[in-house]
Amino acid sequence: MDYSAETFGMLRALFARQRLGVLATHGPEHPYASLVAVRADDDLRHLYFSTTRATRKFQFLSAEPQVAMLVDSRSDDDLDFHGAVAATAVGAVRELEGDERALQLAAFLTRHPHLRPFASAPSSALVELEVDTYYIVSRFQNVTELHMR
Amino acid sequence: MTGPAYVIPDADIGERLAARVGGKALALARMARAGIAVPSFVAVTTDAYAAYLDETGLRVRILFELERKDFTEMRWEELWDAALRIRNLFLTTPLPEELRAALAHSLAAHFAEVATVVRSSAPGEDSAGASFAGLHESYVNVRGVDAILEHVKLVWASLWSDAALLYRRELGLDPRRSVMAVVVQEIVAGERSGVAFSCHPDDDRRALVEAVHGLNQGLVDGVVEPDRWTLDRRDGAVLEHHQAERREMMSAAADGVRLVPLSGERRDVAPLAADEVPLVYGLARRAEGHFEAPQDVEWTLRRDELYALQSRPITTLAGAAGDGRAAYLSLTRSFDSLQGLRRRIEDEDIPALVAAADRLAGTPLGSLDDAGLRAAMQERKFAHDRGVDTYVAEFIPFAHGARLFGSAYNDVLHPEDPYEFTDLLTATPMLSLRRNAALARVAACLRDGDHAAAERALSEYLAEFGDVGGVGGGGGEQAADVRSREEVLGVARRLAARPVGRAPVRPDPAERAQRFIEAYPEAERERAAELLELGRASWRLRDDDNLYLGRLERLLTEALDEAGRRGLDVDEDLRPRAVTLPSPLGVVPPDVGQAGQVGQAGQAAPAGPPSADPAGVRRQARQIVGQPAGPGLAVGIAHVVAGRDDLAAFADGEILVCDAIAPEMTYIVPLAAGIVERRGGMLIHGAIIAREYGLPCVTGVPLATELIRTGDRLTVDGYLGIVVIG
Repeated sequence: MDYSAETFGMLRALFARQRLGVLATHGPEHPYASLVAVRADDDLRHLYFSTTRATRKFQFLSAEPQVAMLVDSRSDDDLDFHGAVAATAVGAVRELEGDERALQLAAFLTRHPHLRPFASAPSSALVELEVDTYYIVSRFQNVTELHMR
Repeated sequence: MTGPAYVIPDADIGERLAARVGGKALALARMARAGIAVPSFVAVTTDAYAAYLDETGLRVRILFELERKDFTEMRWEELWDAALRIRNLFLTTPLPEELRAALAHSLAAHFAEVATVVRSSAPGEDSAGASFAGLHESYVNVRGVDAILEHVKLVWASLWSDAALLYRRELGLDPRRSVMAVVVQEIVAGERSGVAFSCHPDDDRRALVEAVHGLNQGLVDGVVEPDRWTLDRRDGAVLEHHQAERREMMSAAADGVRLVPLSGERRDVAPLAADEVPLVYGLARRAEGHFEAPQDVEWTLRRDELYALQSRPITTLAGAAGDGRAAYLSLTRSFDSLQGLRRRIEDEDIPALVAAADRLAGTPLGSLDDAGLRAAMQERKFAHDRGVDTYVAEFIPFAHGARLFGSAYNDVLHPEDPYEFTDLLTATPMLSLRRNAALARVAACLRDGDHAAAERALSEYLAEFGDVGGVGGGGGEQAADVRSREEVLGVARRLAARPVGRAPVRPDPAERAQRFIEAYPEAERERAAELLELGRASWRLRDDDNLYLGRLERLLTEALDEAGRRGLDVDEDLRPRAVTLPSPLGVVPPDVGQAGQVGQAGQAAPAGPPSADPAGVRRQARQIVGQPAGPGLAVGIAHVVAGRDDLAAFADGEILVCDAIAPEMTYIVPLAAGIVERRGGMLIHGAIIAREYGLPCVTGVPLATELIRTGDRLTVDGYLGIVVIG
C-alpha cells in the first residue's frame, strides 16, 4: 500500500473541505495564534493566506518567518476525539509581490470568492507558507510526519 | 434535466406557488382568473434569485456588508452606504451563464418585442400587516431581454435598500431570510391611470379614486398631483371631487418614463369623466370581494378599456396601528422633487440665511447697553432657530441629490468602486475648501519669507472668511479679530513648515462627467447633465450649509458670551438649539457637524484609559472596524479633537480622531495624515473633505474618541475601513 499517497489523499480532502486554518506566529514576547482563510496548492507544498499589513500576525511573521498552520476537521463534538484529523504545517512564510501575487491571488479568490474586496485591497498582503513538514494527527493519537523537502 | 422553474407564466400560477412567485404575481393571477383585465405577465421565481446569490457567492458578500457593525448601531447614512455597496454588487456581478440562458430563453418567448414593466414581488411583501409598496423597486418601460435581465437584478437588489432593510427590522423580519420574486409584465400604456382604494384609508364609510393623465408612475412617485374623488362605499355615489392643478403627466420615453407638460386641452379636463369614476371604483370593489379585504388597486385606462396593474391590501386603514413605511419611503426622493427643493434652497433659503447673518453681524455688541444686548440675544436666537428649521426641512433632504446621482452613475457605468461618482461631484469648490486654499496662500507667502505678501493674504483671508467658521471665526468683532489674526497665523506657520506638493492626483472631473453623460442614449443626455448638476449642488451644500448655520450659531454664542461677561442672567432657552433629525432609526445622535454639538459630544465621550474590570483585567481595543470612507493607508500618532480648544495643538502628520468633523475643524485637515471619525457615512462632511485631500479615512468607528487616546500609534486602513491601535 502506498502510505504516502494515502496520506496525501487525506490531506487533500482536508484542504478541500476546510476553509480556515490557525496560524501560529512568534512575537518578541509571546507566541500568537490567529484564524485565517487558507488555500493549499495542488502538491500541498505551499499554503496561502491573506492578511492586512497592520495586523499583529503580519508584524510577527515579518520579523520571524518561521510559522505553523493548523488545519483540522473537528466539528466540536465528542466524535472528534476519534474522527477528527488535524494537520500542522510548519515552514517559512514570505509576502508575494508582482506577478506572483497576481497569479496566486486569482487562485486564492477561486477558493474564497467572497474575500475579494479584502484580499485585493492594497493594504492586504498575500502570504505564502512554504511547507517543510506536515504533522498529521488522526484517530486521536496517530501521528504521521510528511517531510516535504 | 429538470431543475427549478425560473420563469412561470401567468396562467400556471396558483396558490401553491405563492412562496416562489410572491404576493404581487399571485394577486395578478387570481384577478386574471376572476375575469379582471390584467396585463400579460410572467413571474421570475425566488429560485432564480437564490441560484444567482449562491452561484456567485453574493449571499456571503451581502452579509459581509451588513454585519460590519451591529445593525442597531448604524446611522441611517451608514445603512444607505451599505445598501449602495450591496446594490453595486448586484450591478457588477453578472448572472451565471446557465441561469442567464434559462431566463433569457423564457423571457424572449414572452417579451422579445414588447415593452415591459419589471416589478418586485417578494413573498409576504403585501399582507394585511405589512405593505412594501414603494419600498421595493419597479421599472416601467423596459425593452429587450438584456435590459429586462438587468432590471430584474435591480429589483433583486432593492430587497437590500436602506428603506427596505429598516422596514424589515421594524416588522421583526430577518433580512437574511428575505427572498425576492419578480413580475415581468407587458406594459399597458394607458392614457389615464391612477389608484383606487375600495375603502378610504381615513374613513371606512368611504372610498377613494385618484386619477392622473398619462402613466400612473407620476402619481405613485408623488410628482404628479391626482384628481381625487371621494365616494360613498355603500352605493358608490361621488361625494366630493378635488381637482388637481393639472400641469404635467408621466409618459413613456425611449427608455423609462419622463415627466412632460400637459397640453392645454388636457389640463382643463379631469382624467376621469363623471360616469367613469364608478367604473374604476367598481374594479376596486371587485378586487375587495375577490381577496376578501379592502384593496388598493393600481389601474390604467387604455382606449377606454380598464386594466388592473396590481392589487394589494390596504394596510393604513383608520384605526389600524401605523407603521414607519411612510418615513422609510421619504428616504428616497425623485429627480423632479429634488429639482424643486434645489430652487428653493438656492433662491430663497441660503440668501435668507446670509442676509440674516449679515444684518446681525452689523450690530457691534460692545456698543449695546444691557437692554440692547438682551434684544440682540433674542434676535440672534430667533435667526438661529429659523436656520435650524431650514436645515432640517430643506438642507438635509437635499443630500438625497448626491445619492440619486450616485445611484444613476452606478446604474449606467457599473464601476468597481461604488463611490467613484463622488469624483465628479467635487468639481465645484466648497466654501471650506476655498477657505483652506486662502489659508494655503498665507502659508505659501510665509514659506517664501515674503512677510508683506503674507500680511496681505492674511487680510484677504480675514475679509472673506473671518466669520464663516473655522479658524479666525470671530464674528466680526474687533476684539475677536486680534485673536483671529494670531490663530490664522499660527495655522499658516504650521502649514508653511510642512513639505509642499502633497496634493493628491485626482481624475479629471470633466472627463468623467463626459463619460457619464455619453453613457446615455442621445435623447437622455440633457437629463443626465441635469442630474449631474443636481448631484453637484447637493454635494456642495453638504459642506456649505454647516458653515451658513455655524455662522448664525457663532453670532448667538457671542451675544451669550457677552452677556456672561457683563454678569447678566441668560435664560437657558436662548442657548443654540441642537439639530435633531427625524429618523426612521428612532434615535439619531446629534451628529450634524455643528461646532456646539461636536463640543458637547466630545465632552460626553472623553478619551480615556483602557477600561478595567473588578478583577483587574484590562480591556484595550486593538482593531476597530468602521466604514472605508477615503482610500489609502496612513500610520501616525492619534490626536483626539473634541472641540475648538484642541485644534491649536494639532501637529503636522498626526491622525485626526474626532466624533464628527465640524466646520471649524476643516482647516487642520491639510495637516492631517488620516482621519478617524465616530460618525459614519460616505457623504458626511469628514468623508467629503478626506476625499478632497486624498486622505485615508475611516468613518463610523464606534466609540472612536473613547477607545483611541491622543498619542496612540494608529494605522488607518481607508481601503478596508479598519483602524489598528498600537
